[in-house]
Amino acid sequence: MDPPPRRDAVTPFLAAKWALSAQVMSTYRIQGATGEWEVVIGLEVHAQIMTQSKLFSGAATAFGAEPNTQVSLVDAAMPGMLPVPNRECIRQAVRTGLAIQAQINKWSRFDRKNYFYADLPQGYQISQLYHPIVGEGAIEVILDDKDPEGSTKTIGIERIHVEQDAGKLMHDQHPTMSYVDLNRSGVALMEIVSRPDMRSPAEAGAYVAKLRQILRYVGSCDGNMDQGSMRADVNVSVRRPGEPFGTRTETKNVNSVRFVMAVVEQEARRQVGVIEDGGAIVQETRLYDPDKNETRSMRSKEDAHDYRYFPDPDLLPLELDDAFVEECRASLPELPDAKRHRYETALGLSAYDAAQLTLEVETYQQFEEMLGAVVKASGKLERDLAKRVANWLLSERAGVLKSIPEGAAHPKNTVEANTALIIAASEGLISGGKAKEIFAAYLTSDIDLAAEIDANKQTSDTGAIEAAIARILADNADKVAEFKGGKEALFGFFVGQTMKAMQGKANPQVVNELLRKALG
Amino acid sequence: MTDLTELGVAAIRDGIAKGDFTAVEVAEAFNANVAAAQEALNAFIVVTPEKALEAAKATDAKRAKGEALGIMGGVPIGMKDLFATKGVQTTAASHILEGFTPEYESTVSQKLWDAGAGMLGKLNLDQFAMGSSNETSYFGNVISPWRRKDGGNAALAPGGSSGGSSTAVSARLAPAATGTDTGGSIRQPAAFTGISGIKPTYGRCSRWGIVAFASSLDQAGPMARDVRDCAIMLEAMAGFDPKDSTSLDMPVPAWEAGLSGDLKGKKVGIPREYRMDGMDADVAASWDAGIAWLKDAGAEIVDVSLPHTKYALPAYYIIAPAEASSNLARYDGVRYGLRDLPEGSGLQDMYAATRAAGFGAEVKRRILIGTYVLSAGFYDAYYTQAQKVRTLIAQDFKNAFTLCDVILAPTAPTAAFGLGEKSDDPLAMYLNDVFAVPASLAGLPAMSVPAGLNREGLPLGLQIVGKQFDEQGVLNAGLAIEQRAAFSAKPEKWW
Repeated sequence: MDPPPRRDAVTPFLAAKWALSAQVMSTYRIQGATGEWEVVIGLEVHAQIMTQSKLFSGAATAFGAEPNTQVSLVDAAMPGMLPVPNRECIRQAVRTGLAIQAQINKWSRFDRKNYFYADLPQGYQISQLYHPIVGEGAIEVILDDKDPEGSTKTIGIERIHVEQDAGKLMHDQHPTMSYVDLNRSGVALMEIVSRPDMRSPAEAGAYVAKLRQILRYVGSCDGNMDQGSMRADVNVSVRRPGEPFGTRTETKNVNSVRFVMAVVEQEARRQVGVIEDGGAIVQETRLYDPDKNETRSMRSKEDAHDYRYFPDPDLLPLELDDAFVEECRASLPELPDAKRHRYETALGLSAYDAAQLTLEVETYQQFEEMLGAVVKASGKLERDLAKRVANWLLSERAGVLKSIPEGAAHPKNTVEANTALIIAASEGLISGGKAKEIFAAYLTSDIDLAAEIDANKQTSDTGAIEAAIARILADNADKVAEFKGGKEALFGFFVGQTMKAMQGKANPQVVNELLRKALG
Repeated sequence: MTDLTELGVAAIRDGIAKGDFTAVEVAEAFNANVAAAQEALNAFIVVTPEKALEAAKATDAKRAKGEALGIMGGVPIGMKDLFATKGVQTTAASHILEGFTPEYESTVSQKLWDAGAGMLGKLNLDQFAMGSSNETSYFGNVISPWRRKDGGNAALAPGGSSGGSSTAVSARLAPAATGTDTGGSIRQPAAFTGISGIKPTYGRCSRWGIVAFASSLDQAGPMARDVRDCAIMLEAMAGFDPKDSTSLDMPVPAWEAGLSGDLKGKKVGIPREYRMDGMDADVAASWDAGIAWLKDAGAEIVDVSLPHTKYALPAYYIIAPAEASSNLARYDGVRYGLRDLPEGSGLQDMYAATRAAGFGAEVKRRILIGTYVLSAGFYDAYYTQAQKVRTLIAQDFKNAFTLCDVILAPTAPTAAFGLGEKSDDPLAMYLNDVFAVPASLAGLPAMSVPAGLNREGLPLGLQIVGKQFDEQGVLNAGLAIEQRAAFSAKPEKWW
């Protein structure tokens, strides 16, 4: 869209947001030949709304279909065809707005953005310039998962509007002609416009990742950046710290978090180079070439379009009632920040574990499903089991799944199997390490899980362990003397010997305690 | 036996239902008139006698089986070539759509076929409905069947943009025809040719499948010999369509059944701003006659003011071209219609060549105006300002309708003019719409009915504008005039 208005001024909304949490100040600087430069970043993220049909037509939206098989008469802009808004697209935009605590505009309107291109059948894109459906909002990004409280920054979001996607030109089908695939033509997009609040590649990356996470939680966008369902236009400028904004460039269609960060860095360095060489930055559109890791000019302002925006006369203004907005609000799931907070406080997990578990929808869903199953099977409290389940998911099981070709998709990687192993480990029947071994064996061979757990049960039978310890201490009187003489490291040796004597089935905690006592 | 082509919609429908004649006889009679007049009048772009016959046979077969016939059962009609018709070329009278045959049927035409009507052919019009004389068609001028009684044979304009429709109905090539009205395109040609036509409230008729000119103004409506025929046909055309977001989600009233020329208790407003200096004396006289007729029908006459009237035409010629410039962007040579791809040229060259060759001069003029008024730096001065005027005009009518039920005014400032008389002067041409445009901007129902002949022997029309959704009030006032004007003149056949 057209350059959004840029405001350095803090709006009351953002000021209120900032007051709620301590804001980190970025210290990221580009070191130029003449001194330090600060980079200023604003992002326009295009997110494809996850719906069965397009924004204004009934055509399907599946990814990867044969060219021109998902095109209605409306999408092809046949004479006399008219757009009709898809309620579900509007609903998802409102839900997304609510998820970023934004103002929902109950009165919004569609505008036409006019320009000619072969991938744009109508000769205009239906968008929302003057009255977007979602107004000002914000999201909080965490720059360090291990220290969420100390590394939070609030990034303002200026607006979200809905608009149509264009088709796609194919230049490799014919020696002299280009072909056009209209499957994407008319697909619903949300354009999420941030304020120029980011000051480093890390902040830009964290913003995109957080936005993606929220969209995926809400279910309004699948966040598949490699399929183009989420892509960012990266606005970058540089300035001396504390000075007014510099002239910015816009790098279009950047399709991964890593590339967004690379674009910020490369573009900032390029701009600093240009300015320090006595040049001026041209406000222009640029493209990112990941192979060369550089941006290059696409078109400059001189041949910029006059899009002649005006209200689409085929569509009435979009008016939302309170009931609709409330239904949208009620349908929202627990969102990432709330979930992470609950994991830390109610479940007693570490900040890092909570962040890891809430990162992806699939991860938290597995965690909660597994925790529920384990709680149910063991009768224990969530809080007492959460750490065990988290360790299993994030560390022990993750290692096993990484080592097999099927990964998490292995058919025997069931909730039941996981639950059995977690319970066995949490009750001290087997160690976490043993559970991991058994799980690997279970997935790759034909063993009975229950029998295997049973066969590997560690004993807490103090009599047997004490007997073994007594024997080992007697056989190693010299080492006992050394230990008592101060060679503490030998404790590990005694543990190893005892475990070996117990064929690995002794509860390590019990072994530790009894050894301390015997050596004490 | 009577000449079947002298019959209108109601008479044909009722005669077939009673068994006085068959639908096939009717279709054949009109097909013959169409064929005989095509060369001289050029009312049709495509004739479809087989479609008319096919529908007629279906009606006759239904009747033979004792099944109910639709409200247009057995009535052959002309279809303005702005409506997409499945399997039949649809051009909007442009070169850029020459040969374009849609695979879909417009909602309005489908409703007419569902009501038992048959299609005689696709009627000529001003290109993309842009014009007031039917001189902008790529397929040649439509010639009015009317001639001045001055002994000369000057070819006259049938009005526009629905000039093929007005000519066909007036010359007895069809008992009725569809029209579309963006800024007078039903009413002005109806007035020029001595027939009736109504533009309903914006949203009554679905725009789905009608080639768009100016989306916020375009409305379909019937053009027929009399008010009753208009009421019948409008009932068939109107109705909510989920495929058009601007369609009215309201039931269609039984307008035919509600017809009454008795206006006792009704108030008719006469807008003082419409009585302009230098007004054509015959037009002024016909307006006075109309006032007298409505008084005679029992109505009370009141003076009303529509103070922003003088801004209506300029506002219209900003809004309509603005929307048109965007609506016509889809004709780009990429997917359908004309493609002019000069050897070795690229995409931009193809756009330029295709649109240069495919659009006529008037269409280009309006695309240029529309592009200009929407441009950065001009938008607020033109488009925003025009939208404000539009709001004020709608408010004018709202205020006036607190004092009256309908408004009576002339349809056009003059009777039909000669072909070529105004085609070099766009502003003079645009002025033809001066009385018609305000109701379009306000989205109100408005109709033209014949009031008499001027001193040259040419028809004059009177316009009735009603409140939003009050087509019945408009039709009834039209009927009251019709009953008293006793207009029976028809063009003498010279073709």
